[in-house]
Amino acid sequence: MSDPRPTRLTWRQVAVGCALLVVVVVASVLLGAIDLGWGRVLTEFWAQLTGGVSPLSEQEAAILWQIRVPRVVLGCLVGGALAVSGAAFQGVFRNPLADPYLLGAAAGAGLAATLMVFAVPASQEMAQGWSIGPLPLAAFLGAIGGVGLTWALGRSAGSGTATLVLAGVAVASFLTAVQTFVQQLNVENLRVIYNWMLGGLGTTGWNEVLLILPYVAVSSAVLCASGRLIDVLGVGDEEASALGLRPARVRLLVLVAASLATAAAVSVSGLIGFVGIVVPHVIRLMVAGSYRVLVPLSLIGGAIFLAAADVAARTVMAPSELPIGVITAFTGAPFFAFVLRATRKERA
Amino acid sequence: MAELELRSVSAGYKDTMVVREVTARLPRGSWLAIIGPNGAGKSTLLKAITGITGHSGEILLDGAPISAMSARERARAVGYAPQTPVVPEGLTVTDYALLGRTPHLGLLAREGASDLVIVREVLARLDLDHLADRPLRTLSGGERQRAVLARVLAQQAGLLLLDEPTTGLDVGHAQALLELVDRLRRADGTTVVSTLHDLTLAAQYADELILVDNGDVVAVGPPAEVLTAERVATHYGAKVAILAAPDGTPVVTPVRDPSAVVP
Ligand SMILES: Nc1ncnc2c1ncn2[C@@H]1O[C@H](COP(=O)(O)OP(=O)(O)OP(=O)(O)O)[C@@H](O)[C@H]1O
Ligand SMILES: [Mg+2]
Repeated sequence: MSDPRPTRLTWRQVAVGCALLVVVVVASVLLGAIDLGWGRVLTEFWAQLTGGVSPLSEQEAAILWQIRVPRVVLGCLVGGALAVSGAAFQGVFRNPLADPYLLGAAAGAGLAATLMVFAVPASQEMAQGWSIGPLPLAAFLGAIGGVGLTWALGRSAGSGTATLVLAGVAVASFLTAVQTFVQQLNVENLRVIYNWMLGGLGTTGWNEVLLILPYVAVSSAVLCASGRLIDVLGVGDEEASALGLRPARVRLLVLVAASLATAAAVSVSGLIGFVGIVVPHVIRLMVAGSYRVLVPLSLIGGAIFLAAADVAARTVMAPSELPIGVITAFTGAPFFAFVLRATRKERA
Repeated sequence: MAELELRSVSAGYKDTMVVREVTARLPRGSWLAIIGPNGAGKSTLLKAITGITGHSGEILLDGAPISAMSARERARAVGYAPQTPVVPEGLTVTDYALLGRTPHLGLLAREGASDLVIVREVLARLDLDHLADRPLRTLSGGERQRAVLARVLAQQAGLLLLDEPTTGLDVGHAQALLELVDRLRRADGTTVVSTLHDLTLAAQYADELILVDNGDVVAVGPPAEVLTAERVATHYGAKVAILAAPDGTPVVTPVRDPSAVVP
């Protein structure tokens, strides 16, 4: 008799994921406009770990520790947050097309950021430096506001996930329309807004990392712990409540966590598309359909994907940078098609 | 384990009550089959006992009203297999059956070894162990139906509500499933309420039948009393003969009226 085994996250999966992540992170730190020499950078890491002598000049050390490393870390946080939220949204809505922007987070952030650029033209300068200025704050609040509006509208229209998704569509198109209108009144700032929309990971150091770390950490922990509950939601609301769950409450918990993570990511990186939808699907196709595995692996997979995309964004047309959203869509779509083809047999 | 009592229970959707005034008393270990034509309100009654739809009147489980129980308490006491289950296609059979342990776990807790033992046992009993690692989407209709029952049995509730548990099962698996449920009620005192369109099977397994038509209870009693050719004709609009099986239980079989055949 074969011994039935439940699908659980294995150490091997985590180890493979983390190894890949380390490779991408190290590559990302080594590559850049100024060549620090990979031997010296690795020696520097070793020196930092063991308390040895740094081989880098003060300026080189600053480039490494104040520019490259925080940028890579930020990329990992944003990518992980978007992918983990995407997985959670797909589970809660039992809809493979759901992504973290489904409930109006992107549209809300877009409108708020546009209004901020319009109302406080000085935020332009700050925006170009990507400091923790009014723009990220506006984007964060806008994202939360968009989701809140969707939730309120969905609640007033009835219960269930379908109304919520439809409310999200309504809110997103309304907010986007307003945003486009404001943008048209304000063409001289178009480039700033457009840049922000396409997303990017430029940083001024560790500020952004510290700013979003708490949100991403707490949300990810909640979502990873909710994997089993998301699986239960997969049997539909009636059966889930017959199993003793309060589906609406679980959904609220998951959506709040996922939306906070998304808002945090959007606030520092703009609208980076595709990560939240492609990464969970790739993992679903390659590993398993249970959310108890899918959610944590999406976290790692999103970090890997966005860190790698950022390497491409910085190096493909160096010294000028490509918007990272362009890279994620440009590489993500073919990669997704490849995985779909490669797993064709298993899905048949 | 559980004694179920329904006191003038009515249930429905929004403001229309689609089943009215059902009264019944099931001692522990008994099996009640709800029969009746399509749309009579059988599933609605089961949903009311599960707590999915609202009800008026009283539903008592071991003397306590279920409306006073928390969702979790009720899920530990009542297992429910719907007529058309929503199947999460990506989960494996084992993962799916493990969902039945939900009411026994803390909100964010994981299943332990004992939960897995229960699931393994249930899968073996339902002849599903060789499919344990297969995603649900790759199962046949009857195999899925059994997987749903595995999930419900893993819940280890004292009261089982089974809505058409044998639809889509071949005669062998249907019999095996009903025998399994029958053993459970004899061994553990599990109380069973099921709807069954196969009146012969209903007569073989249930102690008592309730015939519902258009929301009203039209007959209650032991199978041999409830199942008469006239009743089936009146309420189902079917022409049947009631035969007797070797053990004496009634066998309901459709008969054709040669004069009704259009030339
Ligand atoms: N969600 C719902 N909202 C409104 N009316 C409903 C709903 N579900 C069922 N009904 C109606 O309630 C009545 C009883 O439905 P129910 O599902 O209980 O029938 P049933 O006896 O189980 O029939 P079947 O043998 O076809 O399964 C039907 O007229 C049906 O149209
Ligand atoms: Mg029914």
